[in-house]
Amino acid sequence: MKAMNIVSAVNDALDIKLTEDKSVVVYGEDVGFEGGVFRVTEGLQKKHGVERVFDSPLAESGIAGTAVGMAAAGLRPVIEMQFCGFIYPAFNQIISHISRFHNRSRGKFKMPIVIRLPYGGGINALEHHSESMEAIFAHIPGLKVVVPSTPHDAKGLLISAIESDDPVLFLEPKRIYRAIKQEVSEEKFSVPIGKAKVLSQGTDVTVVAYGAMIREVQKAIVMAKEAGYSVELIDLRTIYPLDKETIAASVKKTGRLIFVGEEPRSFGVGSEIMAVANEEAFLHLEAPPKRVAAFDVIVPYPRGEHHYMITPEKIFYEIERTIKF
Amino acid sequence: MFDQFDPAEDKMLQVIDNNGKVISKELMPKLSDEETLKLYKDMLFVRTLDHMIVSYQRQGRVYTYPPNYGQEAIGVAAGAVLRHDDWLVPAFRELGAWLAKGATMKDVFMFNMGFEEGTKFAGANHMLPSSVPIASQLLHASGIGYAIKYQKKDEVAMAFVGDGGTSEGDFHEALNFAGVWKVPVIFVVQNNQYAISVPVKMQTASINMAIKSKAYGIKGIKVDGNDIFAMLTAFRYAHEYARKESQAVLIEAVTYRKGAHTTSDDPTKYRTTDEEKEWDKKDPLRRMKLFLEKKKLWSDDQEKKLVDEYEKEIDRQFLETEQTVQYPLEDAIKYTYAEMPQDLRDQQIEHEKFLQWKNARK
Ligand SMILES: Cc1ncc(C[n+]2csc(CCOP(=O)(O)OP(=O)(O)O)c2C)c(N)n1
Ligand SMILES: [Mg+2]
Repeated sequence: MKAMNIVSAVNDALDIKLTEDKSVVVYGEDVGFEGGVFRVTEGLQKKHGVERVFDSPLAESGIAGTAVGMAAAGLRPVIEMQFCGFIYPAFNQIISHISRFHNRSRGKFKMPIVIRLPYGGGINALEHHSESMEAIFAHIPGLKVVVPSTPHDAKGLLISAIESDDPVLFLEPKRIYRAIKQEVSEEKFSVPIGKAKVLSQGTDVTVVAYGAMIREVQKAIVMAKEAGYSVELIDLRTIYPLDKETIAASVKKTGRLIFVGEEPRSFGVGSEIMAVANEEAFLHLEAPPKRVAAFDVIVPYPRGEHHYMITPEKIFYEIERTIKF
Repeated sequence: MFDQFDPAEDKMLQVIDNNGKVISKELMPKLSDEETLKLYKDMLFVRTLDHMIVSYQRQGRVYTYPPNYGQEAIGVAAGAVLRHDDWLVPAFRELGAWLAKGATMKDVFMFNMGFEEGTKFAGANHMLPSSVPIASQLLHASGIGYAIKYQKKDEVAMAFVGDGGTSEGDFHEALNFAGVWKVPVIFVVQNNQYAISVPVKMQTASINMAIKSKAYGIKGIKVDGNDIFAMLTAFRYAHEYARKESQAVLIEAVTYRKGAHTTSDDPTKYRTTDEEKEWDKKDPLRRMKLFLEKKKLWSDDQEKKLVDEYEKEIDRQFLETEQTVQYPLEDAIKYTYAEMPQDLRDQQIEHEKFLQWKNARK
């Protein structure tokens, strides 16, 4: 066991896969020599060589498009988009090709590509550095979307993602990149894609969240406990494919559901979670399921971001309202 | 001039050498002593402002900032040719051009303090907000060029991008559109040798950036971006050409980012002090100052006095901005749409109820 944060856990997973599988290559902007602007890939070029861990030209479409060719020719590329907000030039390649090659070639070509993507707000960054646009990708047939919230899950999920024959968007909650330290096994292990995790058991209400919001919900749960409420927290871990079973089982037990996300509220992951309650647990509901998410606005520049971000107090407020409904 | 400095031969336009000595008299732009001094003072102002913003950042009073240090000549020379109705399509490292177009210090502070108000540039005519997604803004310039031509206006658009930005597809599309449409756009590549940690040799296998113009049938020229006279000559010529011929031009300004990429970057990780020292000799202010001193137009005493004045005024305006700015909730919401959807209005009302509850709890 070793104390790891999400940065070192991702680094460790990459290191393990680079070591055991010669078809894995890692590249992106500033990823090689410098080890990435968040230092996630630090030391990997030195250890595994510039042919396997390298800096690409500054072009996201180029990064994603070349990954398609590499994958078709037998490699397993792990590519980095420097920030969530800069993935858009790669949209065409991701949506028109990465998500479709398997279908278009009737399985002849697999796309074992991992797209690493630091995402989310709360770090006082410039415009385009704080988005949570996971719903856009979850909506695209052919893509899997994964979001760890702990160092352990970051390592295990990334190993699964690299081993998956499907393309995986691997979202890294950069706000908590270094905020959580955890003892993580140095051995290889994996966390399955598509499985949520019940982080704390409760009986009054189910809260579903993922990524950096987990910590905020946990703070709200402390407040809720003081007020005498029992909250069940589910860490989604994978957005697509969604673990409906775990969510539905919990809602059947508590009768109440709250989704917490930092995404714009409309047409988001939260909307999908609401649908699960509706379709799978309707007759068990004792209060209307509720989305606690950002306004439908562009993430404000840093000085306005506090208006946008979901706080533990806001989550507690909604927990109480839902329970008292 | 485009033939004289053919990018295919990797020629570079230069007027003064590293010691401020004129090496190409015929290319020296026509300037009165007063105009010459103004160029220097403008560079000095940009450098002072830039340094002060970096120090405000260190004090935690502004957020991430991309320094202009070492690249001042390019923005200032651009600003000197842009007329009131010409368009500026910025990237994020050409402060001299912003200020010349009418962006205020307060705008710059607001931007770096984290307010959208700071990318409005309320008093700047024909200037777009700065653009963070690399190279995407270049297509906007081609579109502006089309509008200028269509509306038969006597205007030119000037757009900025870095060396790293030339790798994006948008760069190539923008040059191609401008070439096909034959529109008056000047594309300026500030080749400062790095895109964050990635050296320019890893961005392109071309012998220089200016040569990329050839693929799109437009003119291109490589210029010493640390030689303000060379930059001014190139900009004047390109401006005249773009206007008169309704044609696009690509200018590569060869320079060096003396500072960090942004205040969160550490360049010692990826470059050597030897390299930095080599470029110190080519510093744009140093070179121009040596030129001015030879002509007895400038002295250390004058410089100290002026920098002192600048610092006081910058600090005064910074404090004033710091003390007056506010970010009410509605500012985070009301500009998303020109016509506010009811649902969004409801989201705000619902949130205000929460805030009332929260305040009542205190
Ligand atoms: C589309 C896009 N991808 C990535 C980034 C992150 N990023 C910001 S600046 C930068 C490097 C830019 O280098 P260059 O074009 O040479 O301009 P310079 O910073 O040197 O002025 C990168 C990769 C971005 N802003 N936009
Ligand atoms: Mg650069």
